[in-house]
Amino acid sequence: MTDATAAAPAADRIDRGRDSALTRLRTATEIDPRMFGMLLALAVIWIGFHFLTGGTFLTSRNLWNLSVQTATVAIMATGMVLVIVSRNIDLSVGSMLGAVGMAMALLQAEILPEWFGFGSPLVWIISLIVGVIMGAAIGAFQGAIVAYAKVPSFIVTLGGLLVWRGVAWRLASGRTIAPMDSTFQLLGGGSRGTIGGTATWLVAVVGCAGIVALLVAGRRRRQKYDFTLRPIWADIAIGVAGCVAVLGIAAVINSYPMPVNLARNYAEERGMEWPEEGLTIPLGLANPVLLMVAVAIAMNFVATRLRFGRYVFAIGGNPDAAELGGIKTRWTVVKTFMVMGILVAIAAAVQIARLNAATSGLGTLAELYVIAAAVIGGTSLAGGIGSIPGAILGALVAQSLQSGMVLMGVDAPIQDIVVGVVLVVAVALDSAYRRRLET
Amino acid sequence: MTTVDTSTTDTTGRSAQPLVELRDIRVAFGGVHAVEGVSVDLHGGEIVALVGGNGAGKTTLIRTLSGAHRADSGEIHINGEHVTINNPRDARDLGVETIYQTLALADNVAAPANIFLGRELLTRWGTLNDTAMQDATRKLMAQLNPRFTNFVSPVASLSGGQRQSVAIARAVHFNARILIMDEPTAALGPAETEQVRQLIRQLKAAGLGIFLISHDIHDVFDLADRISVMLQGRLVATVNKNDVTLDEVLAMIIAGKLPGGASSEPGPESP
Ligand SMILES: Nc1ncnc2c1ncn2[C@@H]1O[C@H](COP(=O)(O)OP(=O)(O)OP(=O)(O)O)[C@@H](O)[C@H]1O
Ligand SMILES: [Mg+2]
Repeated sequence: MTDATAAAPAADRIDRGRDSALTRLRTATEIDPRMFGMLLALAVIWIGFHFLTGGTFLTSRNLWNLSVQTATVAIMATGMVLVIVSRNIDLSVGSMLGAVGMAMALLQAEILPEWFGFGSPLVWIISLIVGVIMGAAIGAFQGAIVAYAKVPSFIVTLGGLLVWRGVAWRLASGRTIAPMDSTFQLLGGGSRGTIGGTATWLVAVVGCAGIVALLVAGRRRRQKYDFTLRPIWADIAIGVAGCVAVLGIAAVINSYPMPVNLARNYAEERGMEWPEEGLTIPLGLANPVLLMVAVAIAMNFVATRLRFGRYVFAIGGNPDAAELGGIKTRWTVVKTFMVMGILVAIAAAVQIARLNAATSGLGTLAELYVIAAAVIGGTSLAGGIGSIPGAILGALVAQSLQSGMVLMGVDAPIQDIVVGVVLVVAVALDSAYRRRLET
Repeated sequence: MTTVDTSTTDTTGRSAQPLVELRDIRVAFGGVHAVEGVSVDLHGGEIVALVGGNGAGKTTLIRTLSGAHRADSGEIHINGEHVTINNPRDARDLGVETIYQTLALADNVAAPANIFLGRELLTRWGTLNDTAMQDATRKLMAQLNPRFTNFVSPVASLSGGQRQSVAIARAVHFNARILIMDEPTAALGPAETEQVRQLIRQLKAAGLGIFLISHDIHDVFDLADRISVMLQGRLVATVNKNDVTLDEVLAMIIAGKLPGGASSEPGPESP
């Protein structure tokens, strides 16, 4: 065995002489080439827009806004990855967002205050819990029809797209429901819904420590079993790059200051001096962005470290093999739709908190952006392939395109055309890449 | 690689009570009678070969034992006990492991994940212990196919023979009592085939009962103790290998012609 395992790296070494430095970096660090490509694409898009917009794209203000705009789509895209990997699709997420958001808004603005009084924390807590349960229930219902009644998910969720939109309308007879509880609004990440500068640095430092801890744990585990280790320089490079990225993002976020009047209030509340030239107090990470990061970490854990995630991938790779392997495939599919529903409820909460209202049109077309984010992020519609970090990047790419074009003053129809073209090109590139791998 | 619970198979050779009995199994797909009232049995430490032309119903028959398909009627007895096998989990719980003709691998995940599919090793936190699974796979493969070294790529990128090795590894790793091998060497080269033959003998010596489906009549004569011949969904006969010649078995497979002196239920034609 030792002979055989030693042979592989030796063969590697022979090949390496011909590889470029970039390829060598990539193979040694074992970074997925597709992620690598996506990061490159994102860099190109950002720098391109920066020039096209005359230097307004890569500003802390725009990037801060971009982070908030990406959050809800990214949260849902992590669930869509699991759904698509298991060879299904969920077209109903936009309508579901509308119905669940509307239900939460009604509870908060009209129903629960009668019982607990306005401003009681129970109002927003109960409405949030009910929303999440509703999302899970709708997901379970649709998933059960897909898994047990064997109706294709495309059809089930196409039906859901119509049904839940109708429900959203009927719940409020087309009215706009407002306002939301003031604590609940913090979830939306307005200028008050942020964690502040110090906490942002703290989050970044914890993130950094997490990256290092994961790398060390990985090395230990491989050492314990006598596996070939990544070269230490590659591990250090990954650690440094990861930490620089995390701390850099924190620095960019923190360089976006509070608007003047808000900063003045903030200073007054804390009895601080208000100097002539004003104060620059960082807003810090927006709550929905923090939520997105938490969801992404949790979902990545579910997808890669839990049996459930493994089964989702196995089902996508070969449903018969999964069944013969003793996996409860149908129940697993139901669970993917439930997870999707819960994430939709979270996204719905963020949306209505941000708008401080729910309208019947809430979430319209969201399904397309969510699916686009997952697919741009490397999720294969044929099933079996996809990743959570990819979906987050995909959401960021799609949102960057949109916000860049807004900054450029491109009108809405052209924006749609560009996003549509990019979606197709991204998938074409991805499948071309995959074909090259197979030959 | 596998320790066998010998208490169930401690009688050497043929015990009075079979390890597995399939009684009067019937399976139909729509109007097609794939298996029509077939009975076979298997003892611990014995290899029973199932042979027959394409579409004879061999795969369908053993899939009722491995839980992949439910029989329309008939009974399965294991150690004399009537059992119900509704799904692959039930079969595994009864100690039945299967190498499927189609291999049944999840193409998009690596060898260790396939071998432990449905029976993953977990850390004490309840998360997947991929390093332990990879380690176990390395050890397993060192015995089964030392030339197998790719433990990280999706199995879709492996050769047919390597994929077959993965399927075999999965079946033998989990202390089976009863092993079903549906064309286990179909994709293997001569050296690898010899290795699998060796493995089959080892497993037999360890007391497992093995159903071996093979089109290679030499393989069958080399390994099997008894041969059950199927033709168009029916059992022609079960014969002891030592009582028949190769030509006689071929005649049974092709024409359902019983050899003189074979003691079994009558076939479609009397000799
Ligand atoms: N899932 C199915 N649906 C319909 N018919 C089937 C199905 N599986 C098998 N059959 C039919 O049942 C019969 C027996 O098939 P089976 O696969 O058991 O044959 P086999 O003896 O294993 O053949 P081979 O040597 O080619 O593997 C064939 O006529 C086949 O067409
Ligand atoms: Mg067959």
